[in-house]
Amino acid sequence: MMSAGSDISEPIAGMMADINAYEHTPEAQFGDYVALLKPRVMSLVVFTAFVGLWVAPGPVHPFIGFCAVLFIALGGGASGALNMWYDRDIDAIMTRTQSRPIPSGRVEPGEALGVGIVLSVISVMMLGLVANWFAAAFLAFTIFFYAVVYTVWLKRWTPQNIVIGGAAGAFPPMIGWACATGGISIESLLMFALIFFWTPPHFWALALFMKEDYHNAGVPMLTVTHGRRSARRHIFAYTLVLAPFAIWLGLTSVGGPLYMAVAVVLNAMFIHGGWKILQRSEEQAIADGYAVEKRVFKLSLVYLFVHFLALLVQGWMGGW
Amino acid sequence: MPIQAEHEIHGRRRSRNVGLGLVLIGFVALVFALTVVKVRQGGLIEGYDHQPRVSLTPLDGETKGDAP
Repeated sequence: MMSAGSDISEPIAGMMADINAYEHTPEAQFGDYVALLKPRVMSLVVFTAFVGLWVAPGPVHPFIGFCAVLFIALGGGASGALNMWYDRDIDAIMTRTQSRPIPSGRVEPGEALGVGIVLSVISVMMLGLVANWFAAAFLAFTIFFYAVVYTVWLKRWTPQNIVIGGAAGAFPPMIGWACATGGISIESLLMFALIFFWTPPHFWALALFMKEDYHNAGVPMLTVTHGRRSARRHIFAYTLVLAPFAIWLGLTSVGGPLYMAVAVVLNAMFIHGGWKILQRSEEQAIADGYAVEKRVFKLSLVYLFVHFLALLVQGWMGGW
Repeated sequence: MPIQAEHEIHGRRRSRNVGLGLVLIGFVALVFALTVVKVRQGGLIEGYDHQPRVSLTPLDGETKGDAP
């Protein structure tokens, strides 16, 4: 006959064994699902979409504007989750992405896919109800472009992946503008161009000093497929292409003296940075630990943020 | 005998449940507030069944916001 003590301890031991078995299962906490949405990318989407909405003509109720930006950001986050689902194999190889929720085992791939699809549908439907169906369709296209055209098709196929794929990151200010106006105009197209032509020099500057990651994962980055000399030429060329669009934006209804002054200074600095990258040999870059490339990469972050900040302030002050 | 010790997995599960609960509450509050704003703006009140209602039509020279 068993004692009372063993009657109790056996079920407890069984439960502890069950719990220990669960210990290494991928059971996520809430923050892991938030990480699936790429919060840092979302912050850029929020900021640029808000500026697009803010500078657009016509009044928008503040709460409607808040909801519109929220659902644009949610749509951006959903496409990030779909990207993480598809790229889970290469994310596990690159050191920069190994700690993401799927490769680290905290979230299962199917969960990420589910989160991505559900949030995509919710964000598009809600944006249609909050703002208008043109903006909602634009958001749906942006999610499709990032998750399918860029992630599935371009990223592993061509070194021009980030050039064309950069369009997905350039759409948010156009969607913000569309929320307020229901359409597209030269101003929103130029805001698109500002981000679109900024993306290649920004990423290639990063690729110059993060060279092993993309190579190991087999992602055809320009620095790998065409060589680092070619990447340096491309960076400089894109800073030259970018500048006229940034200045042109300053001549439209959303521009003004403040924006123009900021654009002239920042574009001169960016072109100068691109020129310095072009002038350097790989040996010089290795010798100083890619100091110039890192400086230009940091400048590119400031470049985009300050341009949109200037648009925001200019919109508040009034333009020409 | 109740289990006193809490395993780390319970913390993760609680974080997920609380987070999802807050998101759902936030979503309901957002839709409610949005409905209030849309209705006060006059939005599509008359458009849902394609039947303009005289009682809701602003008088000449009267703006939407001033309608009773």
